[in-house]
Amino acid sequence: MTNILIVVVVILLLATLVQIVRVSELLSDIKNKDVNEVTDKDNNTQGILFLIVGFGFLIFVVWQMVTWNHLLLPPASSVHGAQIDTLMKISMGLILIVFFVLSPILFYFLYKYRGKKSNKAYFFSHNNKLEVVWTIVPTIILTSLIIFGLKTWDKSMNVDVSESTTIIEVYAQQFNWNARYSGQDNTLGKANFRLVKGSNILGVDMLDASSADDKMSREVHLVIDKPVLLKFRSQDVIHSAFLPHFRVQMNCVPGMTTQFGFTPTKTTAQMKETEGDDFEYILLCNKICGASHYNMQMKFIVETQEEYDVWLDSQENLESKLLTQK
Amino acid sequence: MSEHHKESFITKYVFTMDHKMIAKQFLITGMFMGVVGMLMSAIFRVQLANPGESSILYSLLPGAWLNDAGGLNPDKYLALVTMHGTILVFWVLTAGLSGTFANFLIPLQIGARDMASGFLNMLSYWFFFIATVVLLSSLFVETGPASGGWTIYPPLSALPQAIPGSGTGMTLWLISITLFVVGSLLGGLNYIVTILNLRTIGMTMQRLPLTIWALLITAILGVLSFPVLLSCGLLLIFDRSFGTSFYLSDIIINGEALHNEGGSPILFEHLFWFLGHPEVYIILLPALGIVSEVIAVNSRKPIFGYKAMVGALLLIAFLSFIVWGHHMFMTGMNPFLGSVFTFTTLLIAIPSAVKVFNYLATLWRGNIRFTPAMLFAIGTVSAFITGGLTGIILGDSALDINVHDTYFVVGHFHIVMGLSAIYGMFAGVYHWFPKMYGRMMNKNLGYIHFWGTFICAYGVFFPMHFLGLAGLPRRYYSNSAFPMFDGLSDINELITFFALAGAIVQVFFLFNFFYSIFKGTKSSQNPWKSNTLEWTTPVERIHGNWPGELPVVTRWAYDYSKPGAEEDFILQTEPLKEGEIEH
Repeated sequence: MTNILIVVVVILLLATLVQIVRVSELLSDIKNKDVNEVTDKDNNTQGILFLIVGFGFLIFVVWQMVTWNHLLLPPASSVHGAQIDTLMKISMGLILIVFFVLSPILFYFLYKYRGKKSNKAYFFSHNNKLEVVWTIVPTIILTSLIIFGLKTWDKSMNVDVSESTTIIEVYAQQFNWNARYSGQDNTLGKANFRLVKGSNILGVDMLDASSADDKMSREVHLVIDKPVLLKFRSQDVIHSAFLPHFRVQMNCVPGMTTQFGFTPTKTTAQMKETEGDDFEYILLCNKICGASHYNMQMKFIVETQEEYDVWLDSQENLESKLLTQK
Repeated sequence: MSEHHKESFITKYVFTMDHKMIAKQFLITGMFMGVVGMLMSAIFRVQLANPGESSILYSLLPGAWLNDAGGLNPDKYLALVTMHGTILVFWVLTAGLSGTFANFLIPLQIGARDMASGFLNMLSYWFFFIATVVLLSSLFVETGPASGGWTIYPPLSALPQAIPGSGTGMTLWLISITLFVVGSLLGGLNYIVTILNLRTIGMTMQRLPLTIWALLITAILGVLSFPVLLSCGLLLIFDRSFGTSFYLSDIIINGEALHNEGGSPILFEHLFWFLGHPEVYIILLPALGIVSEVIAVNSRKPIFGYKAMVGALLLIAFLSFIVWGHHMFMTGMNPFLGSVFTFTTLLIAIPSAVKVFNYLATLWRGNIRFTPAMLFAIGTVSAFITGGLTGIILGDSALDINVHDTYFVVGHFHIVMGLSAIYGMFAGVYHWFPKMYGRMMNKNLGYIHFWGTFICAYGVFFPMHFLGLAGLPRRYYSNSAFPMFDGLSDINELITFFALAGAIVQVFFLFNFFYSIFKGTKSSQNPWKSNTLEWTTPVERIHGNWPGELPVVTRWAYDYSKPGAEEDFILQTEPLKEGEIEH
């Protein structure tokens, strides 16, 4: 029924349009004018419309920035993330300034130079000085942005592993995340996809000596202010590990290992104080991976060393886990 | 020049070799696909605003895979997103835009009777047409059309076990794209040869209208990059059907370990984006060319900084080949490579900025005539400013870490590439419609179309930046699985409202277009008082463009409001007066 209604509405709309066009053409015939000729009156109306709608758009942008500001991600909870935030603020500030200068100029020119039959445009085909200026100015601004950007990038991608770095493997599969802690030796045991079997869902090679003390988990616990190196693997298709609160993202690619190192700076409990009780650090999948892509998540918990030690101790290591379940 | 035989219906409208008719074939096919792609987006926008609610639009879509009771499930959602992207990027903004205007404008604006090879030109359209049929037929396959995203990254696109759309649907997608590439290569080679060899007497490269420069550079980009997509697709076909491991390694799917070892999905991404990034400019440059022409004509002023405009086009085209890695910052490639790609990517902002400044300088002290084409040309400049600026965020690898693959990207490329290009296409259609059909499109409907589109489009795409800055990933069927996104439903509803309104506004265009073909008021020979050669041809379409001798060009295309001239335009064929300096 609704479909029929839609069809009827569309037909009526089309019929109305035909009539509107006919009437306007007849009217202009009476006035002996070409209906599609752009008149001074049209130029006037359109110029004013550009002024109104153009500035309306700029107001809409400001309105969005004010109204939706509280929805944006909170400040970064990691060391490198804070630097990214600074760079973001500078870049955003810069592009907003350019936006709020160029757009009004555009809309104002359209209004100011709206045509009149009696007017003539000013013949002005080029001006080398002007063109050099507006090539060099963006070049300088962009060069400084590039330099600042590359410095931040270098720091973010830096994965110097020291003894205090916790090494954790994050393993992606349709549509789950799993984590593996490297245990006391701080070395992940080797793994191979052909060894995935039964409860050994990550394919860990138990003949490798460093595997025995590894621990598997469905959530990741981290210690505040302690560097962590995440190593990513995927079992099937490309996934992307996205931890927006830490400003961390890295693809998980079958057949290779990728990594991202960072240092968390705020515990989950601290975040709950500012962001509300239901706050959790979340790992999302950010590369299309199939039907449940939109619901592939794992909780991250940042806590104090003591809390972390208690939790880690309660986890079974791989050796006993896999042996008992066999 | 050869004599042209009397044309039958078939040779005039179907298997035609006349570039003007082929252009119309591209345009109407492109418009049809545009409507299909837009309706798809309307369907998934309804889902995003009201998760789980089945819309009425949805039941209108054909195809067996849609008609079961499940409604719009995640698989179908991803299929719609994938097809929407494929259709808009390749069918509408590549074939629909360059196919139409390269075919239509090149011979007319350089003073040639037709393309270098009318036959190849015809083949180019028919390859495209078959590609269209194959792509649409994949909607009717039981397991649905391709659904791994328009970028079809393997292993997802290689394994039917991973997502149903990677079965027959993906096979058809690959066949269709292969045909598409063949068609666009035939077209592209033809455009290049025609522009270089068939310019009329006096039409030096320095006198070419900027539309032709843009179309030439676009064609070169296409010829250099589409073959890479073809080989990329061929290797994927091998992996899918013949058991090779170019892109596959170490995979367990549905509990079964596959034999593939040693391949790399990252190889696919490199090959794909080697086309994929130039593709962005294959879409954008023709629009910028059209806009340059339309703005100059309707400001009644020469385009400001012609040489800088050509230089900027060349520089953008060159840089577009060495920036593909900015789509891959997060793939785990060497961070040093990321630095290089950041550097080259941000450089593109310089020629882009020059173009914007030159457009503004062209408008300055003009005598602006607001035809519907002019409105859309200005829309392009506005979208290019708004969307181009966010590219500075995304091209910066450090910032990309947190906005990569979020709605921030979706907002960015829909504005800078989608809107800029589609506005350019509309500008071209409104501007050259009188040349195409000998009739005018209705002005007032054009005004309504522009303002409706302009307002709705910003209403749709600007808020997406905020979704992205809130961390929302793209290609999510629903964001209800994460409490952190609960606050975003208002934004999503607003976007969907504007999307549906924007879709309805397009009815004004479609109606105006088809009504005017048959009933529009008759056009005069040069309705916009334009300088370029196409307006010296007769209003009635003839095969061969000019009834007598080919025109001889004596000046550039932008002598508008030149001091000393009586009128505010001087045709390119008008000889220089004694003592007159060429611009």
